[in-house]
Amino acid sequence: MTDAQKYALVATGLLFSFVAPFLLPQFATQLTMLWLMVIFALTWDTLGGQMGYNSFGNILFFGIGAYGCAVIQRDLGLDYFAGLAVGLAFAAVLSAIVAIVLGAGMLGLRGHYFAIGTLGLGIAAGEIAGGWDYVGAGSGMVPPLYPVELAGRELFFYFLMFALALVTFLVLRALYATKFGLALNAIRDDEDKAEAMGLRTTQVKSLAWAVSAFFLGIGGGLAGNLLGFIDPRDVAFAGATFGVWMVLMAILGGKGTLWGPVIGAVVFHITQELFWTYLLGWQRVALGLLIVAIVVFFPNGILGTLRERFPEWFGEKVEERV
Amino acid sequence: MSALLKIENVSKAYGGVVANRQVSLEVQSGDIAGLIGPNGSGKTTLFSSIVGAHPIDSGSIQFGGQEISKLDVPTIARRGLLRTFQQTRIYAEMNCVENMRISAPDARAPVLSLLSGFSRNVDVRAEELLDFVGLASKRFLRAGSLSFGQQKLLEFAMALMSEPKLLLLDEPTAGVNPTLINGLIDRLIKANKELGITLFVIEHNMRVIMNLAENITCLAHGEVLAQGTPQEVRDDPRVVEAYLGASA
Amino acid sequence: MLENLQLLFDYPTLGADLIANGLMIGAIFALAAFGMALVWGVLGIINIAQGEFVMLGGFVALTAAGLGVPPLATIPLAAIVLFMVGWGLYRLVIFRVVDRDLFVSLLATFGLSIILQQLSNEIFGADVRTLETGLGTLVLFDGQIVLAEIKLVSFVTALVVGLALWAFLKRARLGQAIRATSQNARAARILGIDTDRVYAATYALNAALCGAAGSLVVMAWTIHPYIGLPYTVRSFLVVIVAGLGNIAAVIAAGLGLGALENVAGFVLGAEYQIAFVFALMVIILVVRNFLLRRKREYLK
Repeated sequence: MTDAQKYALVATGLLFSFVAPFLLPQFATQLTMLWLMVIFALTWDTLGGQMGYNSFGNILFFGIGAYGCAVIQRDLGLDYFAGLAVGLAFAAVLSAIVAIVLGAGMLGLRGHYFAIGTLGLGIAAGEIAGGWDYVGAGSGMVPPLYPVELAGRELFFYFLMFALALVTFLVLRALYATKFGLALNAIRDDEDKAEAMGLRTTQVKSLAWAVSAFFLGIGGGLAGNLLGFIDPRDVAFAGATFGVWMVLMAILGGKGTLWGPVIGAVVFHITQELFWTYLLGWQRVALGLLIVAIVVFFPNGILGTLRERFPEWFGEKVEERV
Repeated sequence: MSALLKIENVSKAYGGVVANRQVSLEVQSGDIAGLIGPNGSGKTTLFSSIVGAHPIDSGSIQFGGQEISKLDVPTIARRGLLRTFQQTRIYAEMNCVENMRISAPDARAPVLSLLSGFSRNVDVRAEELLDFVGLASKRFLRAGSLSFGQQKLLEFAMALMSEPKLLLLDEPTAGVNPTLINGLIDRLIKANKELGITLFVIEHNMRVIMNLAENITCLAHGEVLAQGTPQEVRDDPRVVEAYLGASA
Repeated sequence: MLENLQLLFDYPTLGADLIANGLMIGAIFALAAFGMALVWGVLGIINIAQGEFVMLGGFVALTAAGLGVPPLATIPLAAIVLFMVGWGLYRLVIFRVVDRDLFVSLLATFGLSIILQQLSNEIFGADVRTLETGLGTLVLFDGQIVLAEIKLVSFVTALVVGLALWAFLKRARLGQAIRATSQNARAARILGIDTDRVYAATYALNAALCGAAGSLVVMAWTIHPYIGLPYTVRSFLVVIVAGLGNIAAVIAAGLGLGALENVAGFVLGAEYQIAFVFALMVIILVVRNFLLRRKREYLK
């Protein structure tokens, strides 16, 4: 692919993203969810793909964001839009702080210990939220309603979520192009070597998790408002759906690449929306089958496979001096 | 000349097995020092102790006049004491230029100052050093796709890139094609003379170490057996016995 | 929460009752953990589907009892059925992920756990179920400790099954082959051991162990399709505390966890019991790693 073709493709995609909710108003909510999926996959990949720390519990920050935002909206007594804005900011900061605090302990764990440890965190959080009266315990929370007198609720959330996905993508793209991005890759490839070379790995890991949590937290706050209901186990800390999808979408598109998670999220979400309603309750069995199949037979994902076939597309070349 | 690295009475045991017992030695600034000894004599353990990969049981390790035996690996590395590994370690999924970029001194800064791109100087230096080790044409290839010998050269270039004061090399010629060994020795000497990097080298190849080092320490069973110039060490009957005894 | 703690101090025998009941289920944890350690040691895989095997064992026992099999006879039956399930899963999936990146095996077994969980949900329904055995209740020390007899039966059975498997590993030819493979798979292959068969047998034996555990769980406690993950995490917890090779430590850690969890469930409230288990695992991981970090090592 030439650069011009790539730009044309991206421009088409962007254009479509702007007009999609007007062209397909009946699918506005699904399209909004699509951007949430993109945020899921992108933020998971910061650790899982770029840094090699496979978190099974990133859903934690989504849930913290959902609850954090809703609590602010409930308790501050601001009008709807001010409350939402403050709530989302709070969700982002709270998630990032939790990531830094937890990261101090968790990010010292490596490999499968980190994976299972984070899995435990995600589920523990759901169980705690499910028993804690301050956040509604098992019956969850209902964020304030979008003002009824105003039209365009769907469009409002669509463009907020789209903007968040876009900003997340651009920020991560900029980060991956810095020394910080390279430090993430170095930790992924050989953390002992990175330490032996004097890199401040602990700081790098914490910041990476905090960035990931920051955007996931906002995503959680938005999703809670979009869905209109925060259930501790089935929405906020939904490890068996959102939590697994994050991992799956990133792998499907190609771990450790910039566009892989985006592609994976789009493919996964569209497939799911198109076909899964026909599975009549067997979707989750299919999800399990899909995980096994992708992990076993397609672990490099779409972009990883392309890279194996066409390494020169990705800038790998022998360059003789002239 | 002053002692850049000063090791005094260092002991290290794993469980009941003593790997180093009361080891004392000095590496002078600007020197190329050698460390030899039969397999299992505690050479790599000593290297790991020096760079802080595990705590020592007793003794003292001073680098540039300061005690470093209580510090951890990255802190020691940032002070300019670096090692390369016997089993070569590079960042396999990154290309050679990226491997070099992340090895530059500014990559060791606190994380917030990592949030910027790469300076032109770093890239120029990376190209020079890749050229120096003969990997310039391979610079956009994945490091993991290089041959073992090339990876070894890349690891050496990365070490130079980070501008250490003292570089510990664990068997730099092991697994390298014999026809390339002379070139490697030349580069080691060049790094020492032109870049002013003090070298401390573990080496099994006697011909290599005798040509390279100005001072040699021989370990056996975790203890210092002999120290001196290559000539003195080679002629020491205890050294001869340790090698023959170990291989007989 | 505090009043519960106060209650515990006012009536110390209440604590004894909680601990006694906790020890009973602790034996189940030890059994599942033993199987996890076996698979971890031999195949190098952490089997996230561990708890789902327990859950399936429970449903096999329920189904068999529904067909007229006497409750206690469902224990070997569940073990046999799960042995076959384990063997089948090895042949279908697991053999492809042995020797692969740890993340691949972790996620693959995670996928299996979701499949088994959701299939059970579709087939057996989401209700909480138990199997009545008709055994009575034991009242000890003037009613200070009340213990269902089936829990005692379960406790003894779990320990007997665990020790039997341990003896099998020590003595039987297959057991020796399994141990040889766990120490050095390549050397074992060179010596003519069919390591693929050993892997299959190990994975199947683990499933059988969990199956037996599950049949005990459904008789002495309850099961439902989503009960698996907590059992996986408990097994993992016991293994990281006890290590891979030490049966006495596995039993001790399992029993300890059972007792601790039961007391914690009382003090914190039953709604936080699962949260306690998961949080405890995270804390133990982090603390152990922190202690290792001081020796400049980390959990491997």
